[in-house]
Amino acid sequence: MQPRALILHANGINRDLDVAQALELAGAQPEILHLNQLRAAATPWDQYQMLVIPGGFSYADALGGGRLFAIDLNAWFSDQLQAFIAAGKPVLGICNGFQVLVKAGVLPGRPELKTTLTFNENGHFECRWVEMLPRSQKCLWTRGLQNAITCPVAHGEGQFVFSDPAGADLLAEQDEIALIYAHRGQPANGRYPANPNGSIHDIAGVCNPAGNVLGLMPHPEDHIFQHQHPRWTRGEHTGSGLQLFINGVTFARQF
Amino acid sequence: MTKISPEALIIRFTVRPLNAQDPRSRGCLADAHALGITSAQAIHCSDFYFIEGDLSEADLQRLAAELLCNPVTQRAEWKPAGAAPAPLPQGVSLVEVALRPGVTDPVAEELVRAAAVLGVAGVKRAASGQRYEIEGQVSPEELERLANRLLANPVIQRCAFHEITPLFPQEAQASDTVERLDLRSLDDAGLLALSQTRRAALDLQEMRAIQEYCRAENRDLTDVEFEAIAQTWSEHCVHKTFKARITIENHNALPPALQAKFPTPTINNIMKTYLKAATDAIAAPWVLSAFVDNAGIITYDGQNEVSFKVETHNHPSAVEPFGGANTGVGGVIRDVLGVSARPVAATDVLCFGPQDLDVDSLPKGVLHPRRILSGVVGGVQDYGNKIGIPTVSGGILYEEGFTANPLVFCGCLGIAPLNSHPRQIQPGDRVIVIGGRTGRDGLRGATFSSMTMDAQTGEVAGASVQIGNPITEKGTIEVVVRARDLGLYNAITDCGAGGFSSAIGEMSSTIGADVDLSSAPLKYPGLAPWEIWLSEAQERMVLAVPPQNLPALKDICAVYDVELTDLGQFEPTGRLVVRCGGRVVLNLENHFLHDGIPQRQLTARLSTRPPAEAALPEKLDAAKTLLALLAHPNIASKEAVIRIYDHEVQGGTTIKPLTGAEDDGPSDAAVLRLMGTRGTAAVVLSAGINPEYGKVDAGRMAHAVVDEAVRNAVAVGANPDRLAVLDNFCWGDPLRPETLGSLLEAARGCYEAALLHRTPFISGKDSLNNEYTGHDGQRHAIAPTLLISGIGVMEDLSLAVTMDLKKAGSRLYRVGFFDPALGGSHLNLVLGLTGGQAPAVAERTPQVYRRLHQAISQRLVRACHDLSEGGLAVAAAEMCIGGRLGLRLALPGGTDARLALFGETTGCLLVEVEPRLALAFEQLFAGLPLQYMGTVEAAPALTIEQEGRVLLNLGLPQLISAWNGKAWEA
Repeated sequence: MQPRALILHANGINRDLDVAQALELAGAQPEILHLNQLRAAATPWDQYQMLVIPGGFSYADALGGGRLFAIDLNAWFSDQLQAFIAAGKPVLGICNGFQVLVKAGVLPGRPELKTTLTFNENGHFECRWVEMLPRSQKCLWTRGLQNAITCPVAHGEGQFVFSDPAGADLLAEQDEIALIYAHRGQPANGRYPANPNGSIHDIAGVCNPAGNVLGLMPHPEDHIFQHQHPRWTRGEHTGSGLQLFINGVTFARQF
Repeated sequence: MTKISPEALIIRFTVRPLNAQDPRSRGCLADAHALGITSAQAIHCSDFYFIEGDLSEADLQRLAAELLCNPVTQRAEWKPAGAAPAPLPQGVSLVEVALRPGVTDPVAEELVRAAAVLGVAGVKRAASGQRYEIEGQVSPEELERLANRLLANPVIQRCAFHEITPLFPQEAQASDTVERLDLRSLDDAGLLALSQTRRAALDLQEMRAIQEYCRAENRDLTDVEFEAIAQTWSEHCVHKTFKARITIENHNALPPALQAKFPTPTINNIMKTYLKAATDAIAAPWVLSAFVDNAGIITYDGQNEVSFKVETHNHPSAVEPFGGANTGVGGVIRDVLGVSARPVAATDVLCFGPQDLDVDSLPKGVLHPRRILSGVVGGVQDYGNKIGIPTVSGGILYEEGFTANPLVFCGCLGIAPLNSHPRQIQPGDRVIVIGGRTGRDGLRGATFSSMTMDAQTGEVAGASVQIGNPITEKGTIEVVVRARDLGLYNAITDCGAGGFSSAIGEMSSTIGADVDLSSAPLKYPGLAPWEIWLSEAQERMVLAVPPQNLPALKDICAVYDVELTDLGQFEPTGRLVVRCGGRVVLNLENHFLHDGIPQRQLTARLSTRPPAEAALPEKLDAAKTLLALLAHPNIASKEAVIRIYDHEVQGGTTIKPLTGAEDDGPSDAAVLRLMGTRGTAAVVLSAGINPEYGKVDAGRMAHAVVDEAVRNAVAVGANPDRLAVLDNFCWGDPLRPETLGSLLEAARGCYEAALLHRTPFISGKDSLNNEYTGHDGQRHAIAPTLLISGIGVMEDLSLAVTMDLKKAGSRLYRVGFFDPALGGSHLNLVLGLTGGQAPAVAERTPQVYRRLHQAISQRLVRACHDLSEGGLAVAAAEMCIGGRLGLRLALPGGTDARLALFGETTGCLLVEVEPRLALAFEQLFAGLPLQYMGTVEAAPALTIEQEGRVLLNLGLPQLISAWNGKAWEA
């Protein structure tokens, strides 16, 4: 069975086609729908087995990345979204989509933790290839992944911060830090550029307590073919991002 | 719930970071110090918002908590806008900056929309701004400088040294004022005065032609008509210099070599004689559209076509760097959308004044090159990243002549199914506008960019500056691509310079149209009809839509929140009629409007002065010279800029702008495998530019930059038989015979070079009058600058080659006709010299490229890098940096080492070849110049010898630190 993946589109989302391509390659049947289409047709979300919020600059990042998209989600689709998450289906937010999930209160999904994604430590947008280590066995997207993922980051507001830094330890204890930035197989330990934005604990992605919702800043959907690797002409080809999507699609088949 | 009193309808919210060391504040302080204001000890940046509406205290709390302030990182406070400001602590100064009323404020627009979504219904309008609290003993003069040089640009922003007062666009009374202009009674002086007062940039001949038209139709002109003619006949829109009849005034005195190039003393139409003529002569079957559409189009993979366009946005970027570059990117993306293609990649080549220029030496009214650079780069970043188009290649050059006249070249690549761009307007088709609203932004941009600038330009042209909204344009892309696939329109074009006047005027030129401006959606009321007609508000496209397709198009627009307006219809009348309400405000004959412009008669003077002799110092420390060259801003790493552009979105960037072992080597060209295509084909984008050669010899410069664009494309694997080029001429005032002379020589050079390489021109654009009259009355012109952009196709992506050295033990060859010269070289620049000829291009260079392509196709090549600025030594050093490997090279005996190492040549590349394939590679080059240079070494050093003598020996860390030198800083 090909799980149906709902890809949300709002004005300014721009990696929708990238993630649709990755999902298709991983065996899903992606459909990109604008929030306006979902509202107009009152499309029920329960016909989908996966939900993805892609990267981009929804509403131009006005008032903070993901903020206004999150307001739309909570104002118009709160019930559908909560039901989708509660059903345990795979939900993924990448880059701007991660910002949306954090600002909508879905991630990390622990009311006791106040977190946000804020400006990179170096103060500007940056595009470069990074290495991530999958960590969480609780998260259905990263569970069982043995290999590092190599893929680009392209963001200006990717620093994951906590009001109380101890929150990071809690997330780590709970196995909800899904992915961390790394350098040649070892944690980046906060060192730039391996950790491109200064996130505490090298956090690249986090999941909710149930493990079915993942948000991450880097773009595994932009490394699904060999020729996308920055050093493929040097014979390097490891670190495909496709494994992450395959995990999600495989899990989605049960719904 | 308590209501705010009616007098206090405007609330001011201030949102501050909780962390005093937030990145924005730190960056701002660093910029202030760079500006020389070291007395500033800290700068605290925060945001403020004015919100007008009928709001309860609970509403205000919700707006703060749920919309304006992120409680993890920020805190908010609010008060009625008129309330007394909180006193500032001792030793703290304040600067507040807000947009001028009428300048697009996307944050405010989104704020109003989102407040409604939240259910806070009372928000009527909003404005946003920034607040800077500066700690330290900053003098009033320094504060002024900080405000005007760093924090605000008076063209679009206003600033105050206290809490700024809210201002919204003036609700001026709806204006339907139409002036009548009596041209029939004017004498020549009167005609010229009229052209001047309306900043029409029309000369006497043109004014007389308009006068004759008035006499023939026996009437006055409306201001709408006059402005429309001025726009249609502007240099920017009609390219009258390139179409002029040019007389070479010193034809009799030309040396024989030049006489052979210019056999007759007159040239009728540069565009036809040189650029189109080359394309016609080559007659490549894979060229689908050249010089006809908004972008050039070539075939791609059997199913798709690719389109490419490069534009300049120089004048706007000089006045408002961020907005100028921002809308430059937006504009060229619309060009590609205007051939019904999905935009898939962007390119940017930028030319600035020296970054270390003394502030006091700036001509009055000119922004500092640092400010221009950061604004332009920020503008490119903002638009490209937000709209989701990867910026995949480009360049940055510095030269004193670009101080007042920066050059901003923006390119865009598009893809569409083969032959899917419709071009047939039918009578009865509706004139449909989609996208952004019309405002007063960008008035008379077409004529503004056709004039030289002076100290007042910044102020007068304030209205010429446009601010982009990439999210709106993204919506129009989604709509156009879907409408194309459903066949909903018969023609499409973008609103660029000249706005509706240009777009609708051009579309109706073969048929006729009748439109009514009263239905055009406006950003704010008060625009006169001529302003609506000419406004260059961004993000608008015009489509010819059969009436029965309109409902389907409206449905698509509704999904993407794109506004659609029906302005009228196309009619087979041969006239353009514009109404405003019931009144006709423009009624012009197509024939006059589009063909009535008299051909310009211009005079050129060719340079017959031979360049000065080269004068190299006897002794040259090769190692020091190489390090100086690597650190030269033109050659040094551009990583700091490249990394702030998203070059990965859309997943197609296979050869990236930076490459190699540590992702920091400079690629020769970009290779893209476009999403949605099947098979192995890829597009190659390259560029060639060299204003230094332009100063020495414009003809040779043209040859050299065409060669460079071809060479760079071939270096990564493009097939030289599937390569097209685009021209962008940036020159000074063509009314000066010497300026026009060099333009003529460059155009002739383009023609020769295109025929030599068999690379057809498919699109081109000229930007003239790149001159600035300083306060001293002196003219500051740019060096003749020609950008050639290459677009190629490679059949098999897996053959692509990068410039980084791959493996110790490989052999390194130099291929091509090596004829190093000093004129215009970067060796001259670092030594402070000027003499010498610019390098020429050998007749048989195309054979070298074709042979090299064969070698790449047979997978004989591990790495390949072209020789360009800084010559062989710089190319070798860059290959070492890219691969984090060393090279041991030997120069052939008996040659001048200084020239061989650092002289600049065309037509040559360094090629890394695996030892076991060396013989096959050498045999392939039989009969063509090939020089074995040495070997790739595991030891990380570049060593170059000649006849056993070590000329230079530099460790990789030294090369890298010079190349990343302090000379370069974004």
